[in-house]
Amino acid sequence: MVRTVTVLGLESSCDDTAAAVVRQGRDGAQILSSIVHSQDDLHSAYGGVVPELAARAHAEKLDICVIQALHDAGLTLADLDAVAVTAGPGLIGGVVAGVMCAKGICAATGLPLIAVNHLAGHALTPRLTDNVDFPYLVLLVSGGHCQFLIAHGTESFTRLGGTIDDAPGEAFDKVARLLGLAQPGGPAVEAEARKGDAAHFALPRPLLDRAGCDLSFSGLKTAVLRQRDIIALDKGGLTRQDRADLCAGFQQAVTDVLAEKSRRALALYLTQDPAAPVMAVAGGVAANGTIRAALEAVCAQSKVAFVAPPLALCTDNAAMIAYTGIERFRLGARDGMDLAARPRWPLDQSSPAMLGSGKKGAKA
Amino acid sequence: MTAFRTLTFHSPEETAIFATRLAPQLRAGDCLLLDGPVGAGKTHFARHLVQSLLTVPEDVPSPTYTLVQTYDTAAGPLWHADLYRLTASDEIEELGLIEAFDTAICIIEWPDRLGSLAPRNALCLRFGHDDNLPDTRHIELSWNHSGWADRIGAIADV
Repeated sequence: MVRTVTVLGLESSCDDTAAAVVRQGRDGAQILSSIVHSQDDLHSAYGGVVPELAARAHAEKLDICVIQALHDAGLTLADLDAVAVTAGPGLIGGVVAGVMCAKGICAATGLPLIAVNHLAGHALTPRLTDNVDFPYLVLLVSGGHCQFLIAHGTESFTRLGGTIDDAPGEAFDKVARLLGLAQPGGPAVEAEARKGDAAHFALPRPLLDRAGCDLSFSGLKTAVLRQRDIIALDKGGLTRQDRADLCAGFQQAVTDVLAEKSRRALALYLTQDPAAPVMAVAGGVAANGTIRAALEAVCAQSKVAFVAPPLALCTDNAAMIAYTGIERFRLGARDGMDLAARPRWPLDQSSPAMLGSGKKGAKA
Repeated sequence: MTAFRTLTFHSPEETAIFATRLAPQLRAGDCLLLDGPVGAGKTHFARHLVQSLLTVPEDVPSPTYTLVQTYDTAAGPLWHADLYRLTASDEIEELGLIEAFDTAICIIEWPDRLGSLAPRNALCLRFGHDDNLPDTRHIELSWNHSGWADRIGAIADV
């Protein structure tokens, strides 16, 4: 019989501060509470999210998030089996604040401490939401990350490819900035793109001509900039339609690249003969309807089930950290008070690092 | 007195080569301020510079969201920062950047956010597009500290 495990998760690796309680028994995992203190209402004026860079600010909010998460779950610290915390990768001050908070709770209560890789949290979310079995293919696509992973187990991932420069979420934000749209750029560009003609301006499809699953988005952003300047020089400014067409063209280019690289990643994944093949998408960019529809279509063609967790679990949250903590807890993982925050922490430490311009480094 | 020098590179690869030639000239306490608009190639330049100094290859992600990425390199600690999202100078102190100016090699994107906190011995690199050639970048170097003249001469005059 499977023992019921209840874990408190903490997440503070970027701008958001979050705490959640997840319980897993015989009937699967259940999110008892999930609190996210985000900066969403503050950012627009600055062309980006106002960074919560001070460890102190995270630390103050973490306490409140933990109290609220326990309250919403109707539990006390005594009801927990462990505390899981994001130990990287991310903004170091934030990660340190989360790790310190978790250590404090563990020191005071005697609960086990479990370190979680933020990217593993995203990559394992399809198991939390849809009980997906290993091995599955996951496309992690967000502001800071873009990679194809085969998830073999809680701590076993193979990276098939990833961005050699910027992640798509960053490209969306920067294109929005270039075109005078509000931040965050993802929803703003998507809304504009609905009014535009994706075929009006020719934009590149970076790295499609090259074999493999690596991606590049920095040059696409620069191509949008260049096109904008050409139009401005020609007409003395951009019309609303020009802007909508640029957004549509940009979004379509990102979509085409992600779809084609997904096709290739699926082909590699399917050579492993998974019994019930699944491709999951995780990360904030999964919220984009056009991208999501294209990925669904690619999966349908390959007869692979497509899983996209709800948006609140695609963006940064602590439920995914608590859930990953449960999986690690069941495997016997326990971390000590010497746990250190790691600003960079690749999920797959055996695949070569991504170097710019598509070159790959020696196997580490 | 401020000294200037402008270099022109006709492809991303040429810019990358310049970055990897500048890298071995750097030591702890040096600071590069990368100025210029979105899409000018600041992160491209920084990525290649950092990668050429790493003893174990690893990803060099954009610091746009994390603000700072720190690396242990053959030449000592290196900080790669993107200050675009910062709004007040006390946030720069919170980042620990002031201390890093003395103890690490610092590569700073959007250095205008530093204001008067910018180190006086820094090398400024202003990245600009070419109106006619899409892949060409002009980089205007400027410095007040005499130590840069020889180092730049050594790599730019080949």
